Amino acid sequence: MTLLGNLALWLALLVGIWGALAGFVGGLKDRPDLARSARHAVFAMCAALLVAVVSLEWALFQHDFNVEYVAAYTSRNLPVFYTWSALYAGQKGSLLFWATVLSVFGSLALVLTPRHHRALLPHVAGVVSLVAAFFISVMLFGQANPFQRLPYTPLDGNGLNPQLQNPGMVFHPPMLYLGYISITIPFAFAIAALLSKRLDTDWLVAIRKWTLLSWLFLSIGICLGMWWAYVELGWGGYWAWDPVENASLLPWLTMTAFLHSVMIQEKRGMLKKWNLALIIGSWLLSIFGTFITRSGVISSVHSFTQSSVGYFFLAFLIVMGTASFVLYTNRLPLLSAEAQLESMVSREASFLFNNLLFIGIAFSVLWGTLFPILSELVQGTKVTVGPPFFNQVNIPLGLALLALTGIGPLIAWRRASVPNLQRQFAVPGTVGVFTALILLVAGMRDFYALMAIGLGGFVVGTVVQEFARGARARHRQYGEGYALALGRLIARNRRRYGGYIVHTGIVILFVAFAGMAFKTETEASLRPGESASIRSPYGWTYRLTHLGISQYDALNRQVTAATLEVSRDDKRLGVLTTEKRQHVDAFGRPTFQPSTEVGIRSDLREDLYVVLGGVVNGTEQAVFRFTINPLVWWVWYGGMIVALGGLIVMWPGGSPAAKRAQAGYAVRLVGEKP
Amino acid sequence: MNRRHDATLHVDRREFLALGAGSFLGVVASWRPATLQGPDSLPGTGPAGRLWDPARAGRPLEPVNAADNDAAIQAIEKQLHCTCGCNLDVYTCRTTDFTCTVSPAMHQHVVRLAERGMTGQQIIDQFVREHGVAILMAPPKRGFNLAGYFLPSVLIVAAGLVLTLVLRRWARTAAPDRLPAGPVAPAGTSEELERLRGELDRLSV
Repeated sequence: MTLLGNLALWLALLVGIWGALAGFVGGLKDRPDLARSARHAVFAMCAALLVAVVSLEWALFQHDFNVEYVAAYTSRNLPVFYTWSALYAGQKGSLLFWATVLSVFGSLALVLTPRHHRALLPHVAGVVSLVAAFFISVMLFGQANPFQRLPYTPLDGNGLNPQLQNPGMVFHPPMLYLGYISITIPFAFAIAALLSKRLDTDWLVAIRKWTLLSWLFLSIGICLGMWWAYVELGWGGYWAWDPVENASLLPWLTMTAFLHSVMIQEKRGMLKKWNLALIIGSWLLSIFGTFITRSGVISSVHSFTQSSVGYFFLAFLIVMGTASFVLYTNRLPLLSAEAQLESMVSREASFLFNNLLFIGIAFSVLWGTLFPILSELVQGTKVTVGPPFFNQVNIPLGLALLALTGIGPLIAWRRASVPNLQRQFAVPGTVGVFTALILLVAGMRDFYALMAIGLGGFVVGTVVQEFARGARARHRQYGEGYALALGRLIARNRRRYGGYIVHTGIVILFVAFAGMAFKTETEASLRPGESASIRSPYGWTYRLTHLGISQYDALNRQVTAATLEVSRDDKRLGVLTTEKRQHVDAFGRPTFQPSTEVGIRSDLREDLYVVLGGVVNGTEQAVFRFTINPLVWWVWYGGMIVALGGLIVMWPGGSPAAKRAQAGYAVRLVGEKP
Repeated sequence: MNRRHDATLHVDRREFLALGAGSFLGVVASWRPATLQGPDSLPGTGPAGRLWDPARAGRPLEPVNAADNDAAIQAIEKQLHCTCGCNLDVYTCRTTDFTCTVSPAMHQHVVRLAERGMTGQQIIDQFVREHGVAILMAPPKRGFNLAGYFLPSVLIVAAGLVLTLVLRRWARTAAPDRLPAGPVAPAGTSEELERLRGELDRLSV
């Protein structure tokens, strides 16, 4: 099967190169035969890559340890669930996964795009083929071939890194990959629009769903990554401003900026240059993220994916960045706005400031991520840029963005009058101020936490006001009951109200982040029967009694489990278990360093987070770290609500009238010249 | 219920159903909500016994002492970067990756310096002398590092100012041309306007 996989890779490369050539030439020379051939090349490349994936999965499940990748990432006793996910656990497999998913997305884009965008499709096929061919050539020429064989056959494989043996890691990497990969489709349409000079708003309509899909995958992938880091890594948090985490955040920020600014182009025919730049920039950032993840140029906890292939990505980034920039600047004269901003106090202006903040935060994250390299170049000294730096720079910017999340929807398109502003801001402003005052009176003194929750109240006030006014209008207009009116309100304008649901999720996330300002932790070494206490920020005290340690063998690991009885203010809550796991291969030989399984007791207010550090002198006396993390569940709920809002926004259907309004340049004032 | 001559019992359908219902009620009545496991049934209570295979529990550790939980020591350690390659601060590394031997050694060094009477800043300075500024979790605010801290904010403020000026200029030039001078009579019949209102309502709410 590995021979078949290798052949499939070579075939995919050749077909990809042909697809790129045929696509670009067919599009530029207006040759339907070449355009058709490029389209078929994408389908053929997709089929060949799927064969390669099946071949690799076959080798993984057959435990063919003569294949270097299989020996490096699996073992005979690895659970089936993780054997399957080993496809993208390592560098080589994830490159194959990336190229395959890109070809699947490319094929879907070619099949699903409506016929009236036909002129763009040869170029789209060309870009997809080119990018996929690059990934395949990295595998074939960058010593990253997943089918590479060893000169001998080990009895058993190395097994999967224990930290990757977690359900979060089965879903988190593919979700992030899907997010990164699907950005290629909007990028391909942007390049197609530039090459074909069809730079009206039409191409934006073609990519709307793809952009949302990509943003949704990235959002879910980032949230799953946070969850995995929290439950698996054991350091007691979910975001450490690690370079690889930052690399996933960068395209998310620029895509979010695009999703806002694209509304201005759709409604007013403005910001064409900006929107194109955002799409191209988002794609380049996704390749930059891949370079960071795989090069090891910046120190990161994701060290299992470092190798020299990163420099292939750097070269590709430079070439594609330069080509895109030249094409973009060449087409600038064709990208003039069809309308002008009429007032500083308008929805358009607020969206522009919102974009400024998104791009500003993206820049500051990128700046901080690259600053160690810059510092070494400029002052010859390597510095460490950790969470204190990022928090100091980004928290104020994030709060300003949260404020704009509430302000934007309250300002009318084109021009807002003073009475209108007063009417719009009265309720949300009062809610925000009262929320902050209540917390202040209750004793909260952390400035950033107060601001985050106060502004959160303001944004929620805005969202509730928008829903209430909409439902009331429908109730008056059509006599619908309020619940029905609310349901139809969302169903009839999913983009707008789905967006408000996303805003609510973002507020919940910010409140959750604010909760971490009140994190409490302590260490203790306890003999069986001994207890330690930790005081919660809510005022109560947890008492944890060490009940003892048991050791047993599980499927592919030797477990040392410590059990603790938990009580809160002398009321017994139950027992918690935290483990040390020594993973072994099928012959019982240790494969990795012992890993930690955290014991977590969650409720809506806080998490009690217990880590077994180890034992003292080989006895049952154990060292524990106890942490209280307030509002952590709000992160997961916030992420779910963001995903739900995103799904509502991109749900297919909607009334044709609404679609026309979203695609056209909206409403003109009475008596205004067209 | 009748006993037959062969000593078997004959149960008619009504009796059978009654017995079944009675048994079911008996089971329901005897059911208790599952309680949390009591401590007596859990393993290992009592004096600290020796583990069957201590090697499985990772590197042997020392008991926690007062310095390990000292807030001042922790505050210092949260500013120092562990050099094991984990990208974490010393405190987080030593309380997370219990296989690391670097962060416990750095912790001991911090404790020793504190016991000598050094202040937090003096301890941090000592680490910088020994390891360079890369030992700090965030670069010190001086020289080129100031660009690291302030360039993004300065650029955002500058871009915000430029954006404000540009928008004001656009707004000034666009407004007079585009807007009608006074109120304009609606260009449609009342029936058309009513339809328009309905459509707009449907679209925007």
